[in-house]
Amino acid sequence: MNLGPYSFLALFAVAGVAFAIAPLALAWLWARVFSPRKSGPSKNANYECGLDSQATGWVQFQSEYYLYGIVFLVFDVEVVFLLPFAAAFKGLSAGACVAMLIFVLLLVEGLVWLCVKGVVARK
Amino acid sequence: MIDEGLRTELSRQGVVTTTLQELYNWGRKSSLWPLQFGLACCAIEMIATSMARFDIARFGAEVFRPSPRQADLMIVAGTVTKKMAPQIVRLYNQMPEPKYVIAMGVCAISGGPFKEGYNVLKGIDRYIPVDVHIPGCPPRPEALLQALMTLQDKIDKQPLTGDNRPPHLDASAPGEFPIPAFGQHDLEPPNNPALWQPPPMTRAE
Repeated sequence: MNLGPYSFLALFAVAGVAFAIAPLALAWLWARVFSPRKSGPSKNANYECGLDSQATGWVQFQSEYYLYGIVFLVFDVEVVFLLPFAAAFKGLSAGACVAMLIFVLLLVEGLVWLCVKGVVARK
Repeated sequence: MIDEGLRTELSRQGVVTTTLQELYNWGRKSSLWPLQFGLACCAIEMIATSMARFDIARFGAEVFRPSPRQADLMIVAGTVTKKMAPQIVRLYNQMPEPKYVIAMGVCAISGGPFKEGYNVLKGIDRYIPVDVHIPGCPPRPEALLQALMTLQDKIDKQPLTGDNRPPHLDASAPGEFPIPAFGQHDLEPPNNPALWQPPPMTRAE
């Protein structure tokens, strides 16, 4: 019987799926025959710290968090890239310097935007 | 069921025979993952048990899980204050079946030196079923290992079917235990009546 050169791929696919499903099926069978499901309100609770769950996990985060995201990006990413930039400054070519300055300019743009918005202003 | 004599004879010849029950119990007792929490000084001994000198990993119980969803064994290591008791019961409820409890130290089993106090629970077995009690203040790591081996023996003897089967295989056994609430003077209820009843008081004449 000639099944063509790629028939072993189908064989592998079947074997792979069976390998994945067999333990799940065994576990299901075991639960069915021996071990009954025991569910309850505290077992299904959100928190695992022992305290009573106060609300559901489906809460809305305030959209103002994007400001913190931008501040984080400006300062954190800047530091991450500026330190190696400063360390390798002497050996850099003019092109690399200009590229780095453009990158910093992009981030400073965010800082300027935040300043205009009054986020970093001292109150 | 295979005959015991035939079985020893087979194992002498190098043929290992087993049953589903033994395989299941062997698997469970060899990987008891404890819940990672400590309540008082007994926890220090529990930590010492998990370190290299005593090495609880020899018994397959070194994987302390920070989540009750992944733990099989609750080691109540230390004084259970009344403020902490509801949290302990809730954590026990959140552990998946099968689950076991070792009450470590006199505080966990009876309140210990604080038994006469107003704020310490007089034994965690008032709210959750305890499998092994270890006395001591605090118990040595060897005592905890002994308790673990005792628990492993207990697991090894648990039947898969029949009336003596453990609660996790019994659909009618409760999966969750009621969590006590803070009352005006004491926890409400002061104990789980299905698990623990106060000993009857008789007046000596």
